[in-house]
Amino acid sequence: MKINLKINGISKILEVEPGEFLLDVLRRNNYLSVRRGCDNSSCGVCTVLFDNKPVPSCSLLAVKANNHEITTVEGIQEEANKLAKCFGEYGADQCGFCNPSMALTVYALKQENKNATDEEIKEYLVGNLCRCTGYVSQHKAIKKYLGEKNESS
Amino acid sequence: MEVNKFVEAKSISEAYDLIKADRLNKVIGGGAWLKISMKKAKTLISLDNLGLDYIKEELDYIEVGAQTSLRKLETNKSIKSLSSGILSKAINHIMGITIRNIATIGGSIMGKFAFSDLYPVLLVMNVKLTFFKLGEISFEEYIDIPRVNDDILVNIKFKKNDSLGYFKKVSKTALDFAMINMAITTTNNNFKIAIGSKPSIAQLSKSTMKFLNSQDKLDDEKIEKACDLAVEESNINSNVRASKEYREVLIKTYLKRGIKQVIK
Ligand SMILES: Cc1cc2nc3c(=O)[nH]c(=O)nc-3n(C[C@H](O)[C@H](O)[C@H](O)COP(=O)(O)OP(=O)(O)OC[C@H]3O[C@@H](n4cnc5c(N)ncnc54)[C@H](O)[C@@H]3O)c2cc1C
Ligand code: FES
Ligand code: FES
Repeated sequence: MKINLKINGISKILEVEPGEFLLDVLRRNNYLSVRRGCDNSSCGVCTVLFDNKPVPSCSLLAVKANNHEITTVEGIQEEANKLAKCFGEYGADQCGFCNPSMALTVYALKQENKNATDEEIKEYLVGNLCRCTGYVSQHKAIKKYLGEKNESS
Repeated sequence: MEVNKFVEAKSISEAYDLIKADRLNKVIGGGAWLKISMKKAKTLISLDNLGLDYIKEELDYIEVGAQTSLRKLETNKSIKSLSSGILSKAINHIMGITIRNIATIGGSIMGKFAFSDLYPVLLVMNVKLTFFKLGEISFEEYIDIPRVNDDILVNIKFKKNDSLGYFKKVSKTALDFAMINMAITTTNNNFKIAIGSKPSIAQLSKSTMKFLNSQDKLDDEKIEKACDLAVEESNINSNVRASKEYREVLIKTYLKRGIKQVIK
């Protein structure tokens, strides 16, 4: 069956199977920054923005995305570059596998809550796992990206 | 997932007729649970276009459409105002934000998950469920009937209240299922207590409630007695997450803290 998606602002008509998940459809169509980890909603590396909200694309049926907007990290390039700079400054990445999903989730947090406290940042990112960094450097980098004024309240 | 057909239902009765037509036809909420639990379906029936994604405040209750996402409920001000916000707290402890953006309240109730963090809360909060065929029943009644597989949950009503509430989930990691979870509400010293993930499904602790509700004044000794009663009546067992003995200690510890918190 055919579905209409707006991916990173560009309208696409894609052929999908009724039981296919969005992650598989995106990767088949060369959106390779969207990664597969656990494939069961537990690790967060397949995160995309669905109408601006972060969702696990491995667990969202592609047909349910019909007529909706999907954003991958390429769609927030400017913000992702800013975050990458902060990550670099704090040594907050190693293999980079989690970075696109982390960038999308942090971007969504910024849209929802610019003044997120330490606790709110941790809560928002609890479903985005990183197997390399141990999170402390990432947390510092994210605070810097969000504006450095977000001390624990 | 092997699916022959995906249908966007145009009415609840169309969705109902489809699930009645074949055992392998399934309603899909957010689909997060179906993803990990179902290999095959003939027809998947989406409720996305039926206007069931809403939170509506009425005079004495809050009505929530079955397709409302857990995240929307978690962050809703009216929901946060009920029973010290224990429903929002319970949702906040389920996985990460990404999954809570797709998982629905309808799917969470219809799944009858023994590990559910929402069940203890729904049991103590005065909640009514509206099904397409069955009509309106209380959440307590729903727990006691076998799986309602061939009906459609339409909405959930939360009676407004000024009760105080307590919720606790104990798990090994933030992303794990609970070893135990529990919820308490009290209005004018009238207690409701529910314990879940024992590992069996959540239940009201009726003898414990009766004991607490018959006391004029609560002291440490009476609270200890209530905790012992709760352990006795809770049908606690062991599984890979925790032993029966450990669960008993957890229940006693957190029930005591919870009762003290709501009577403060
Ligand atoms: C990896 C993972 C970890 C989780 N961890 C936890 C946890 O720690 N604590 C917790 O409480 N929950 C947990 N959950 C459950 C989650 O919170 C949701 O309750 C669950 O995903 C079901 O919601 P859904 O919208 O995805 O339902 P779906 O997968 O769409 O549906 C679930 C069931 O409900 C039926 N259904 C859906 N909507 C209706 C309706 N309106 N009428 C009739 N039938 C309907 C479906 O046919 C299906 O049988 C977890 C889920 C996953 C996938
Ligand atoms: S691959 Fe989707 S959450 Fe892990
Ligand atoms: S940097 Fe390797 S998984 Fe995060």
